Amino acid sequence: MPTIAPRTTDPATLRRLYRDLVRVRMVDERIAELYPEQQMRCPVHLSIGQEAVSAGVCARLERQDWVMSGHRSHGHFLAKGGSLPSMLAEMYGRATGCTGGKGGSMHLIDLEAGFLGAVPIVGSTIPMAVGAAWGARSRGESRVVVSFFGEAATEEGVFHEAVNFACLKKLPVIFVCENNLFSVYTPLDVRQPGNREVADVARGHGIESVQADGNDTVGVYDLAGWAVDRARAGQGPTFLEFKTYRWREHCGPYYDNDIGYRTEAEYLAWREKCPVERFERDLLASGVVDAQGMTEIRAAITRELDEAVAFAKASPFPPDHEMATFTYAE
Amino acid sequence: MSRDLKYFQAINEGTDLAMAADPRVQIMGLGVPDPKGIFGTTAGLQEKYGSERVSDLPTSENGMTGVAIGCALAGMRPIMTHHRLDFALLTMEQLVNQAAKWHYMFGGKMRMPLVIRMLVGRGWGQGPQHSQSLQSWFAHVPGLKVVMPTTPHDVKGMLIASIEDDNPVIFIEHRWLYNLSGPVPEGHYSVPLGSARIMRSGSDLTIVATSYMAVEALRAAEHLATHGVQAEVVDVRSLRPWDEATVLASVARTGRVIVTDTGWAAVGFSAEVVARIAEAGIPLKTPPRRVCLPDSPTPTTPALAAVYYPRAVDLEKVAAVMCGLDLPPQDRAVTIPLDVPDMTFTGPF
Ligand SMILES: Cc1ncc(C[n+]2csc(CCOP(=O)(O)OP(=O)(O)O)c2C)c(N)n1
Ligand SMILES: [Mg+2]
Repeated sequence: MPTIAPRTTDPATLRRLYRDLVRVRMVDERIAELYPEQQMRCPVHLSIGQEAVSAGVCARLERQDWVMSGHRSHGHFLAKGGSLPSMLAEMYGRATGCTGGKGGSMHLIDLEAGFLGAVPIVGSTIPMAVGAAWGARSRGESRVVVSFFGEAATEEGVFHEAVNFACLKKLPVIFVCENNLFSVYTPLDVRQPGNREVADVARGHGIESVQADGNDTVGVYDLAGWAVDRARAGQGPTFLEFKTYRWREHCGPYYDNDIGYRTEAEYLAWREKCPVERFERDLLASGVVDAQGMTEIRAAITRELDEAVAFAKASPFPPDHEMATFTYAE
Repeated sequence: MSRDLKYFQAINEGTDLAMAADPRVQIMGLGVPDPKGIFGTTAGLQEKYGSERVSDLPTSENGMTGVAIGCALAGMRPIMTHHRLDFALLTMEQLVNQAAKWHYMFGGKMRMPLVIRMLVGRGWGQGPQHSQSLQSWFAHVPGLKVVMPTTPHDVKGMLIASIEDDNPVIFIEHRWLYNLSGPVPEGHYSVPLGSARIMRSGSDLTIVATSYMAVEALRAAEHLATHGVQAEVVDVRSLRPWDEATVLASVARTGRVIVTDTGWAAVGFSAEVVARIAEAGIPLKTPPRRVCLPDSPTPTTPALAAVYYPRAVDLEKVAAVMCGLDLPPQDRAVTIPLDVPDMTFTGPF
């Protein structure tokens, strides 16, 4: 087990973490609210319930550090500093979106923010993150690379191949697994043997590997700090498994606890562990942010969101002749 | 007795009958027994046949394809499912190097009765990685069979034929066919692999179509008929082997041909069809044409989906030029958004 510095109490850091956390929640809730208008015509995989991992990990990264992700990437993108207007415009398929409408919700990118790309093929960006860390090191650049993925990605061969190589080359890469127990509607216990943990499987590759509570924002932040410090010090890769839970349907804006793959009771138990409410309780208890402060933070995010949505909806669609642009680099 | 079923119901019924008839038939794939049951195609099967024969899988496409191959080697007749063809790309090694060649490279000592079901996505922002129609990749490989049934009748009969075949069959289903209804006979029947079907007869022009494009071709043919042009629509159904005799005979009769495929034109199945027509020396009144996907990945935005996917109107325009017909522009008003098959489709899948 890692030796982690005492739990972070610095008020400025906690405020920042709270804002980042709530922002991810509020953006995805707004998407869920707007989606039934049928103007965002692409699949969306919401991070609601899992935001603490995005907020906690990304707050430890510098702008020049890189992040790669998969289909459920909104939180990672936002927490890393990806542009909200360009993300929303992308959902609306507009020319001002982060890919100009080519990719949609499942293909986010913001190079200025160090968000190197997210794609919806499970596990696909894990080795790319490893390669990016290797490439950056070869070029003498000091970057930490974080690969975000769900626990199902650890079932893909490519995950194991990538972790092996990262260990072999002692690369500054952090594998962040959000274990939300499901791959679409298939629970973990019919996909992996019950007598072991995902973090243990990773450890078999010789990587430093830790399992932790994914709904404890500050805990995530502190653990990520340890992993980032190791990476910066040249001590090699780290695997972090965070236990968490997706609240809404796998893909789309609604709840689906009624369709029969999981119970309402299970959902409610996780709902009790809401990362936002939990952090709010802590902040109120310690007095770091009071109710008024929280209202202000939320109000600012609401304004930002209103503007971003208005921007997205007012943006033009890409013109017909752009269909084939970027098939090849000219 | 025949009654109307939807495409997905016909797949379900075909699977059910094949499993009832032969205890060696098994079906596996991520989500097979889940409440959505691969868009309804596997619903109820696990309750009926148990979790050994109807199995969920880890998210491990490549390895699990090898596992399915192993089951076949052990005497089972596995069906494997992929929600999208794009996910099956992880399995190319097992399929192309191994399954396709097992019978051949071991001197015919073993057989490979394996069905791999793959769905082609379209619309609602399926985009670059959830929409690829790569039938031509598979059809390029000797040892694989490749089919793309279009109607509920054919999807049931061809699924049964594929399950009963001793070769690996790549079974490609277009998502936009799933809700189409049509007459489906009750009970066990099979539609032979390698046979095309003339969906509509006509004397002026042959439209050779794959999968969902056969639906668009029929629409185009009906519209062209109102302008006095009779198009024959041939649904190829099976890409490897494919029914050259039926296609070539039709083209020889009409002297004009459009090949329309759900995949890209370049180096694709449509090129194969045109090449065989040329090699057979069939005299044509006008050069052959292809109406397929343009040469780019699939854009996600609905704005470009409209330009990306060819539809009946595009077939009509090409046919009009070939037949010297003056089609009025704006002939057909577009009444629904172009990124959905019908108004009941509200995403996200
Ligand atoms: C290679 C591949 N197989 C299957 C899919 C279909 N798919 C999309 S999301 C998903 C679930 C993945 O689960 P997990 O990685 O745990 O992420 P979560 O959705 O739980 O966040 C699956 C199987 C895919 N996109 N890519
Ligand atoms: Mg998961």
